[in-house]
Amino acid sequence: MNFPKIQTRAESEWENLQASLYILIGTATCGRAAGALNTLEAFQAELARQKTSAEVIEVGCMGLCYAEPLVTISKPDSFRVVYPNVTPELVPRLVEGYVLGDDPCLELALGTLEEDEEGAPYIPELSRFEHERRIILAHCGYIDPQNINHYIAQGGYRGLDRALAMSPPEIIEEIGRSGLRGRGGAGFPTGKKWEFCSRAKGSPKYVVCNADEGDPGAFMDRVILESNPQQVIEGMIIAGYAIGANKGYIYIRAEYPLAVDRLKVALGEAYDLGFLGQDILGSSFNFDIELATGAGAFVSGEETALMAAIEGKMSTPHPRPPYPANEGLWGKPTLINNVKTYSYVHLIMEKGAGWFSSIGTEESKGTAIFTLAGKINCAGLTEVPMGTSLQEIIYDTGGGIANGKSFKAVQIGGPSGGCLPESLLNTPIDYDSLREAGSMMGSGGLIVMDEDNCMVDTASFFLDFVTKESCGKCTMCRLGTLQMLRALEDICSGKGKMEDLDNLLELAEDIKAGSLCALGGTAPNPVLTTMRYFKHEYEDHILRKQCPAKVCPELTAYYILPDKCDRACEHCILTCPTEAIKGEKGEVKHIDQEKCVNCGTCLEVCPPEYNAVVKLSPVTSLPPEDAKAKERGIAQGVLG
Amino acid sequence: MTVTEKDKLSEVISKCKPERGNLIPLLQEIQAELGYLPQEAMQEVASFLDIPKVEVYGVVTFYNQFRLAPLGKHHVRVCMGTACHLRGGKLILEALERELSIKVGQTAPDRSFSLERVACVGCCMLAPVVLIGEEIHPKMTPFKMEEDLIPYRQEIDELPENSN
Ligand SMILES: Cc1cc2nc3c(=O)[nH]c(=O)nc-3n(C[C@H](O)[C@H](O)[C@H](O)COP(=O)(O)O)c2cc1C
Ligand code: FES
Repeated sequence: MNFPKIQTRAESEWENLQASLYILIGTATCGRAAGALNTLEAFQAELARQKTSAEVIEVGCMGLCYAEPLVTISKPDSFRVVYPNVTPELVPRLVEGYVLGDDPCLELALGTLEEDEEGAPYIPELSRFEHERRIILAHCGYIDPQNINHYIAQGGYRGLDRALAMSPPEIIEEIGRSGLRGRGGAGFPTGKKWEFCSRAKGSPKYVVCNADEGDPGAFMDRVILESNPQQVIEGMIIAGYAIGANKGYIYIRAEYPLAVDRLKVALGEAYDLGFLGQDILGSSFNFDIELATGAGAFVSGEETALMAAIEGKMSTPHPRPPYPANEGLWGKPTLINNVKTYSYVHLIMEKGAGWFSSIGTEESKGTAIFTLAGKINCAGLTEVPMGTSLQEIIYDTGGGIANGKSFKAVQIGGPSGGCLPESLLNTPIDYDSLREAGSMMGSGGLIVMDEDNCMVDTASFFLDFVTKESCGKCTMCRLGTLQMLRALEDICSGKGKMEDLDNLLELAEDIKAGSLCALGGTAPNPVLTTMRYFKHEYEDHILRKQCPAKVCPELTAYYILPDKCDRACEHCILTCPTEAIKGEKGEVKHIDQEKCVNCGTCLEVCPPEYNAVVKLSPVTSLPPEDAKAKERGIAQGVLG
Repeated sequence: MTVTEKDKLSEVISKCKPERGNLIPLLQEIQAELGYLPQEAMQEVASFLDIPKVEVYGVVTFYNQFRLAPLGKHHVRVCMGTACHLRGGKLILEALERELSIKVGQTAPDRSFSLERVACVGCCMLAPVVLIGEEIHPKMTPFKMEEDLIPYRQEIDELPENSN
């Protein structure tokens, strides 16, 4: 079939759908975690009971993860309504109200997708969308990721059709002029990479998509693959044509089973319509894509390590040069880009380099995609033009800090990134500004911390991750990071000294210099930025044995305020897992600090009308006998 | 290895082409069938692909996904990703170690439970998260964790081999 025919067919399928009543349910991993599959089942059962034939379509994620399970009801002659947090109990209401009747149940709605409906906000005008500019997230959550016709009806594969009419050097030039830089972390100019690879001698050549997404707090690549996998596939086909490769691999982590499943279906559909395989759209260009599932190692995301993994070996990085563009998979020229990088390609082909480079800043073009998590109200995904400030992302699109707490820091870029303080919230999001601030774009994970988070503990968390994930090849990365971790653990437990801070700085420089890949090269960043912006917290731990956020267990104690304890209530006694709380009925309850493991259960269960349990730091704020008991407990190792 | 395990192993291997590049997918498939990678399975894979045993062992121990011991009836995975850490993931892990009397990475001697830490399971907005089997337990606290374990424990207690 030729492309216009495929397009016509897809468009008429889409139009027929719009002329019918249908229900979209977000069943990406985030939706499922919130119970979307139960909601789906409830809809199917209720529709069957009511003998209605509305189609129920499983879609991906709109990026509003905090509102999952998210349901959209679309009616031919009416407006589309989006409902948040749809539990199975709400389903009969919605079916009765809007599927069968004319009541859009606006009191349950997040908003409408058409303008001027009184009683519910117009979703594109919600404050978060004023700052967003959705390009590659545009269709996520609105189209069926398992139906290629939905993608085509939204303009999909036009980019490929246009690219196949161009010469490979023209394509590479267009990508170059767009200013697209790699979204895998380092921000290398994509056009240049394609050019190197196309000029490289050797054949065959390979195209690889890096979908390893190892940052333990980022999930945008997963969302894209679960919500709109075809755009990644289309980008890879165009790349293959441009550099002269006939084979592509998508390296995806096995921890993403749903993304793997949806990708498999998507690849099958692309083959069926002739976008993959032999003689693509009659162009005599051939291209195949194979999936390779990762086996869980953060370092596998590094490009040379990733190729070792595809070859079935231990995934350790090797020195560059030679760069993968010259010697990659099985020693052949290999182009490797991130999921998001490929996602932009078809749009640049379709709309032109000028369109893309009109978005963003001078040096960083296009949009940036972030996952928002941590102590933020509206956790999820956001896509904003490069240059948007952190302030706008956190407060306007992310809805600000949860539970009325105050902002402390934002961590960007995962284990290679840094923690930035409030004073830097005006920093624009682009590769260079973030690097200047000591952080980096990295994966695009953005995690907000509030007053209850300890910065030394956070630094220690990331280093702990790195020591577990270091492949062990470079001594500085393997042992240096361990030394840093030990020093941080000492500080957290009140055993730190001021000279540890100097040692940390020195070690950080050595590790940066002595590591082959960026895993070690950027591993000190979380420590360096917390030391730079939150030095007082380190000093409090060392000099005052105090954890200001009351997180570090050795420096923090739970205490029952005698004059607030109700005496008759026994909630804490009954729930304490180590039987550390004593007190007869009618007596004030008391924590035996020697046995307390700092789990916080007593604070959780103490009824709010008494509010008798508090956290204290330093532990010397306890009555002297209790403080001594706490010391004994620590010496016995009760804190694990 | 039991006889059924051996049969399953031969079946998986028989479907695979003996190419070096197939090592990881093959190991993944064996683990999917058996739940872990017994020593004999690794040896068979080495001879099937005609590579040194140490290379197979190296790969198996390099990647987090591979396991050398079978899992418990209920496999408990605690998320230790960034968002979960910031909301007390470590306390949940400690609570589970205390409750199940095993350390992270271990399986209980009666194979009732096994405990593992994982990095970000992708539902950060529900942090801290624990997976028991495929079931997600959102917004955990040490106290809630204890309560959530009760039905799983009852299930184990009610197994025929445990009632006498
Ligand atoms: C330790 C480490 C982990 C990495 N993890 C990823 C990853 O998960 N996904 C990714 O796209 N790039 C990752 N990278 C970057 C890749 O090495 C490479 O730069 C990238 O895939 C190139 O694609 P791009 O040009 O589209 O950015 C990682 C790098 C390092 C050093
Ligand atoms: S950090 Fe636990 S789900 Fe993401």
